[in-house]
Parts: sequence; structure tokens; C-alpha cells
Amino acid sequence: MEEYRLELKHVSKSFGEVQALEDINFHLGRNEVVGLLGDNGAGKSTLIKIITGYHQPTSGEIYFNGIKVDNLTVPKARELGLETVYQERALAELQTLWRNIFLGRELTTKMGFLDIQRMKDETHRLMTESMGFTSHAVSPDSTVGKYSGGEKQGVAIVRALFFNADIVVLDEPTMGLSLKESAKLISFVNGIKQAGKSAIFIDHNILHVYNVADRVVVIDRGKVAGEFQTKHISLNELMDKMVRVAETGSLG
Amino acid sequence: MDTHNNTQPQEVTKHYKPAFTFRRFIRTNSAQLGILGVFVALWLIFIASAPKTFLAPQIYSAFMSSTPFFAIMAIPLTIVVVAKEMDLSFPSIMAMGMVSFNYTYGATAFIHNATVQVTLAILAALLTGALIGWLNGFIIVKFGIPSLVVTIGTQFLWSGAALVLTQGANFSLEFIKQTFYYNLFVGKIGPYFPMQMFWLVLITVLGWVLLNRHRFGAHVYLIGDNVNSAELMGVNTSRVRIQVFMLVGVVSAFAGILASFYVAYFWPTLGAGFLLQTLASVFLGGTSVLGGTGTILGTFLGAFIIGAIEAATVAVGLTGFWTNFIYGLIIVLSVIMHMYLRKRGE
Repeated sequence: MEEYRLELKHVSKSFGEVQALEDINFHLGRNEVVGLLGDNGAGKSTLIKIITGYHQPTSGEIYFNGIKVDNLTVPKARELGLETVYQERALAELQTLWRNIFLGRELTTKMGFLDIQRMKDETHRLMTESMGFTSHAVSPDSTVGKYSGGEKQGVAIVRALFFNADIVVLDEPTMGLSLKESAKLISFVNGIKQAGKSAIFIDHNILHVYNVADRVVVIDRGKVAGEFQTKHISLNELMDKMVRVAETGSLG
Repeated sequence: MDTHNNTQPQEVTKHYKPAFTFRRFIRTNSAQLGILGVFVALWLIFIASAPKTFLAPQIYSAFMSSTPFFAIMAIPLTIVVVAKEMDLSFPSIMAMGMVSFNYTYGATAFIHNATVQVTLAILAALLTGALIGWLNGFIIVKFGIPSLVVTIGTQFLWSGAALVLTQGANFSLEFIKQTFYYNLFVGKIGPYFPMQMFWLVLITVLGWVLLNRHRFGAHVYLIGDNVNSAELMGVNTSRVRIQVFMLVGVVSAFAGILASFYVAYFWPTLGAGFLLQTLASVFLGGTSVLGGTGTILGTFLGAFIIGAIEAATVAVGLTGFWTNFIYGLIIVLSVIMHMYLRKRGE
């Protein structure tokens, strides 16, 4: 049997009375980009937060590389090679760039003292090599709150990349980006695939998802409504199906 | 011979070392420079209006002996406020620490050795501070109640408990003078330098290192800035928040010990009158109540401004009635200055 990078079996999640996810089966193959589509409130973000360890499922099982993982937490998911670019970007806007790049996993010497010079060096290297930031306003010591939307998103993405993830989760990464910035982002996701890694890509824009994903999973009202290989379906067909799902709750 | 034609230049680890520019220095340290400016300006005004007093060492000795009692607590309180939390219960922790101190001293009377007894009593006081701080943090994190509300409650609770447990009695602590702790905590180095000032400097340095050079401090800034981001990025926000309250607890118990040792006397109302001075030091120093920004050095300077105003008001020839008015004026103007500097920095 093929071993998936990530697999969810019969995962459900409820918040009190509200059933956010119901019996979700999901998998992510090696070197595969999966697009998640669904309306607002369909449960995409909840699903992502379960995969990243932020929420724990009410029931169901999670497997990384074929091995069952209990009580997944954010640090645990990271150890397993999963990095996330969150919709809310998860930046601390009053803090400097280097603190944001190393947010939550600061490089330290013995006894937890910060290795500030190393963090600044790495930040500087990432900025010039990976982010392609040339603006003088963007230095390791500058405050992230002053950046443009695209620059902030760049920080969130580079942060995910620096830590050498096997799986990159991108939750609405094009939100608030200009056209040019979106195009750059799409080529970046293609880069993840070329590097032999896997990605989960969530976006409102069907065109973006269609262009980068190998496979599209449609979520509706907390359930998997269907999935398609993008090479077997045209963009128009996919759009028709999405409309039908939104109206009827099934692919009919 | 030119050899680097066929060898790839080895990638040297590039150090990020921005050239020092005066503008950048001012921008990144605007809050601290602002309060330093206020500090120096006030000092010059004091010297100009009462040169006899302010050019003699006695007045500085007096500042250094009275200011540390609240300034010490302002240091961990700064860390609490940076984490976007608030603690109003530290005055009662001073009292409860000393209640534990007295109980422990009494309960260990069979040892017949004042130094051992006082050692145990000090440990008991610090432990009490840590426990009360932990309880504050636990209630705040577990029930999700704003810390301002919780610590108003626990301030009443523990200052009340101190009165109940002592039945309102006050008593002498003359016995501490037989131990080396008396000189260690509130003695003097030379004619002018009080030991409590040494402890303030030590705690200030430790507080600065913890906040600026340790992972703990990095997480404190993140939590104060955006607690949601901190959680998404895997910071254990509950644990860090409990720890900041424990820090205030331990240091407040220590401040209670210093203040009581200084007069070798215990009052169960210990701590009353410390609340506003300590808070004012933090805000005067430029720490934002909105969290995520603040400096230890600013608080240190803020505390000495607060500590100097009372004596200075009298020395420059105004009546004591002016003290609060001048406090208020300086606090309000400084807070406006900090807001202005912060806006410009953005």
C-alpha cells in the first residue's frame, strides 16, 4: 500500500453543539499538491487547524507517514515536518522581523538564552536569497507592522520554508495580495512541488487552486463532498460542480 | 598568481551588522531616550531650584534607600504589562510573604538559632509569593478572566487574609539584627550606598536579561503583541502567563522582606501605598498598557522620577501639598510623550 505523507481517517470535530467536521477522510500523497475548496464556513479552516495540531479532533485518527499520531499539538506537527502559512499570517506586528521569523522556536544557546546574532544573520540571508526583499525598509531589525500585505505574506511563507518542511499548508495565502504578488505566490507553490515536497493549498480563488493543485478536495458543510484530479477535469466543469455543491450540498 | 579563477568563492557566513547610525539609534530607543530626557530635565530643574540639596550626596542616598522598595516590584510588573496582563495584587503579596515569614520564624523557635530560623522564614516568604502568583495566573488562564479583575479580587483577599491571620497585630522584628541578613538586605556600603539599591540593580539586570535575552522574554513580547499568533506558532501561552505572575509574586514577597527589615518591624497592612507608585513607574517608563512594548530601563528611570518628586517638591520650597499634583502632571505629560513617540516610530 502506498504510504501517504498525511492521512486523516473518520475525523470529526464539534465545538459544543456545532458540528464543524463530520467523518472526514483525507490524504496527502508524496510530492502532491492538494487544493481544498469550499464555501465560507464549510470547515476548511477547522480541518487545517486539526492538521496543524491547533485543534484536537473530537474523534478520528491522524497518520503522518503511515504512523498514527495521538494528541497532535503545534510543536509536534512541526517536528513531523509540517509548516503552516496561516490565513491570519500569525505575525507579531510590533516585533522585529527576526523575532517573527523565529517566532515560537527561537534559536537559543544553553539554558534558553537567545542567540540573537545567529537569528539576525539567518533572517538577513533569507530576506536577500529567498524573499528577494531589496527594500531598505525591510531589515532584520525593522518592525513587521510597517510592511505591505505582500511583504507580510512573504515573511509568513519564508518562515515556513526555512524550517525545511515536508508538508506546507497554505491557508488563503493570496488574501489581500496584489495580482503581481499572487502570481509570485503561485510560482512559489509550484516550487514546493518541484522540491519534492507536498502542500495543501486553500484558496477562495478556484483559478489559483486549479492551476497549482494536482487534486482538488471539495468540502461542504463539514463533509467531503467530492474530489477530482485536476488533469481529468476542466476549469469550467469544476466551477459548475462547485456551484452545484453550494446549492444542493452534493455533487449530484 | 591569480588562483580564484577556477575556485568558487567560499560562501562565508554573512554577518548582519548594520552600520551604526544616529537616526536608527534614536528610532529604536525612542521610549527609553524619551524618559531619560524627562529624567535629566527634572534633575536639572531640581539642581537649579535647590542647588544646596541636590549637589549634596545625602539626598541621593535617601532616594536610593526609599525608592527600591517599590521599584523592585515595578521590574516584574513591567514584564506582566508587556504580556498585556495586569497585576494589582502585589501589595498584598508583600504582606502575605511577611505573614509566612513570621509564622515560620515562630514555628521554628525550637531551633534556637536566629540565622537558621530567618533563612527558613525568608524561603517561606518567597515560596508564599510564588504560590500566590501562581494562583493569580492559574485563575486568569484557567477561567479566562481578565487579570485586572482577578487581581483586584486577590488583592482584597490576601490583604484581608494577612489581617485575619495576624488578628491585626503588629510586632517588632528586632531579632533580624542578630543575623547577617539585616546588613545584606538593608545595610549600607560606605556612608551613602544602601544595600536595597544593590538588590534593585541586581533585579533590574536580571529582569532585563530575562526580557531581552531569553526565550521567556521573547514569548512575553509575542503574547503581549498577538496572543493568537503566539498560540498558532506553538508558544505555550498559558504557562508563560502563569510564570509572569509567579515572578511578580516572588519579587513582591522579597520587596516585603526588604521593607520590613528596613524598619525591623512588621505591620499587617504592609504594602498599602505601594500600588500606584509602582504602576506609575511602569507607565512612566513607556511600557504600553496595550502590550507588546516596554522596557526595563524605562521602568527603572520612571521609578526614580516617582521616588524623587516627593523629596524634591519640599526641597525646592513648595509645600508637601504640591506632591501629588506634580506627580500627576509628570505622569500625564510623560504618557502623552510616549504615545507621540510610539506613533512616530510606526
